[in-house]
Amino acid sequence: MTGENTISRRGLFMKLGILFNGLVATALTVPIVRFLLSSVTRGRASAYLSWVPLGRVSEFPEGETRLATFTNPYVTPTDGKTVDTACWVRRVEGEQFQVFAINCAHLGCPVRWFPQSGLFMCPCHGGAYYRDGSRASGPPERGLFEYPYKVKDGMVTIQAGELPTPGSPTASLFGNEPPCGARSELVSIESKLSACSKTNALLRKTKTWA
Amino acid sequence: MGVIGQIGQWFDQRLQLAAPIRDAAEHPVPRNTASWFYVFGSAALTVFLLQLVTGILLALIYVPSASEAWSSLQALNHDVTLGWFIRAMHGWGSNFMVAVVLIHMVQVFLFGAYKFPRELTWIVGVFLLLMTLGMAFSGQVLRFDQDAYWGLGIGASIASRVPIAGPIIVKLMLGGPIIAGATLSRFFALHVFVIPGMLIGFVCLHLLMVLKLGINEWPMPGRLVKRATYENEYHQLTRKDGAPFVPYAVWKDLFFAAFILLAVAACALYFGPFGPTGRPDPTIIQTAPKPDYFFLWLYGLLSYLPPSMETPALLIGPVVVIAFLVLLPFLSGEGEKSWRRRPIAVLTVLLIAIILGTLTHLAGYTPWSPHMNAWSGDPVPEQFLHGRTALERQGALVFQVKQCRNCHSLGDLGGQRGPALDSVAVRLTQDQLIRQVIQGGGNMPAYGKNLSPAETTALVAFLETLHPRGQAPARDAARDLALGEDKDQRQGAQR
Repeated sequence: MTGENTISRRGLFMKLGILFNGLVATALTVPIVRFLLSSVTRGRASAYLSWVPLGRVSEFPEGETRLATFTNPYVTPTDGKTVDTACWVRRVEGEQFQVFAINCAHLGCPVRWFPQSGLFMCPCHGGAYYRDGSRASGPPERGLFEYPYKVKDGMVTIQAGELPTPGSPTASLFGNEPPCGARSELVSIESKLSACSKTNALLRKTKTWA
Repeated sequence: MGVIGQIGQWFDQRLQLAAPIRDAAEHPVPRNTASWFYVFGSAALTVFLLQLVTGILLALIYVPSASEAWSSLQALNHDVTLGWFIRAMHGWGSNFMVAVVLIHMVQVFLFGAYKFPRELTWIVGVFLLLMTLGMAFSGQVLRFDQDAYWGLGIGASIASRVPIAGPIIVKLMLGGPIIAGATLSRFFALHVFVIPGMLIGFVCLHLLMVLKLGINEWPMPGRLVKRATYENEYHQLTRKDGAPFVPYAVWKDLFFAAFILLAVAACALYFGPFGPTGRPDPTIIQTAPKPDYFFLWLYGLLSYLPPSMETPALLIGPVVVIAFLVLLPFLSGEGEKSWRRRPIAVLTVLLIAIILGTLTHLAGYTPWSPHMNAWSGDPVPEQFLHGRTALERQGALVFQVKQCRNCHSLGDLGGQRGPALDSVAVRLTQDQLIRQVIQGGGNMPAYGKNLSPAETTALVAFLETLHPRGQAPARDAARDLALGEDKDQRQGAQR
């Protein structure tokens, strides 16, 4: 007999059955979500990043900017050519370098270096950067992304491993930050440079993971 | 009863599908909906079925691996019998599907079909459009070439701008830290399993609602939709003036479906398959990636947005557009259906069409991008060199060598990023030219560090000669007065 406050035997079993399924589903969700998020969790704490050699210092003439390629440190068997990455290496003087990501800070297209005019130009939406990577014109909001580098035993080595994108923390810590690199086209390059080198040097000191 | 009839009866006794199918086929529709305007929905379904078939055929050969995909597409194009044709059908089918879905949507919008009681049919349709665009983008990724590679980079750069969650979304999208094997695998899963599965489900839902609620009647100006009375009126319409869908209206759908398939096949035969372009090797940087046709407008928009607007526009824009489309039937669920009495609706459609068309047209020749080879490829036209002094000709050399030409055209040759310089001397005085070259500004980089004083002098001397015959160059009258220069002499020297 079923009243308003009672429940039938069948009804109880059905509810228990639903509850049982709910519990099992919840338990199975954990491995599924962990599997789906593996590409995020694996890269936590900069695990994707490591130091990769670009070449001997002598391969990069002083005052010039050269294209260098490296193999991304994180490789899976089906990656093919996609792990080969290009970057622009500017040897300022002595062991002082700037290593720029190939990806435009706007939307990631490959920028090209024009030594005659001292500009990086992007083929996609017309972004342009000066030789020190700071923004010259076009849609980018900031200067080119830079890789942290060090020179050890005559080898130029950079810390790389992630696609530099405008929002990625690893990319935005380095390079010409918007306050000193972008905007105000009428400010002379020299004043920009001096302002930038100070902030960037400070950034490099405080934020290297090496 | 013949043998075939008996077999049919045997199956129907077990399936019991004949009666519901006959009911669905012969359900009455308003007579005036048997129109050529009402064929786009079934055409979209036809192209979708074509995509399913050609997609399965391509999957017989295609290898979803970053190291093999490009080669397997080459094999399809060149080695497998008619592989090129199936690829071309699938590629052109994709373009046709986006186009037909958009036309269908515009027709439904202008005929007021999204109003009561067909709100949910419209909303499901909005999601069908989004899934169609998702299929178009993920399909472009599967054609794993340079455009696909850098297109993913653009996608990742956009996704990374989401506050806080950006980097997480990028890694989820790429399946790792960079665009690589895992990226292609997950886009394969999206393109082949996830989105098509959802599409099939949503298409069924969409069709079911069209059957249950009836096709939208031909809108008559002045016949207003009211929630209280509409369903009654519609039943009157179908009962009194209705005709069975099969065969009364279906023949136009059948003809148009066959025509669309023929058109896809004709394009496939004539134009062939899309790409693949160069190998997806990120060390090959001599490339100017471009998205497929239906995303060109976005590519154009992204180069015109001011830097400060870009992130908000990219992140908020799509949300606003989708929210508006979903909310549309709730904002105007009743009232006038006919486009003849909805001028704002018609103007909105026209405005959007013109904006998208213009951006697509511009993205076809990207006036915002420097012409990377103009400085070495496009000569300075003869009329700008004839009778010039040695200094001015030296300036023309500087103009080429310093790649000014990549952004500025002379005689219609060269980049269009900056203004054409054929008559720049009319607009800027000598001092203004020097300042512009050295300091840049107005979206031009500063060249102060890359030009010696001698080069600047020569370049400006050349630029000062760029004015139409018979039109004097701009001059600073106050300066002339202060320096006591003879105006006529100056102009004479500059022709």
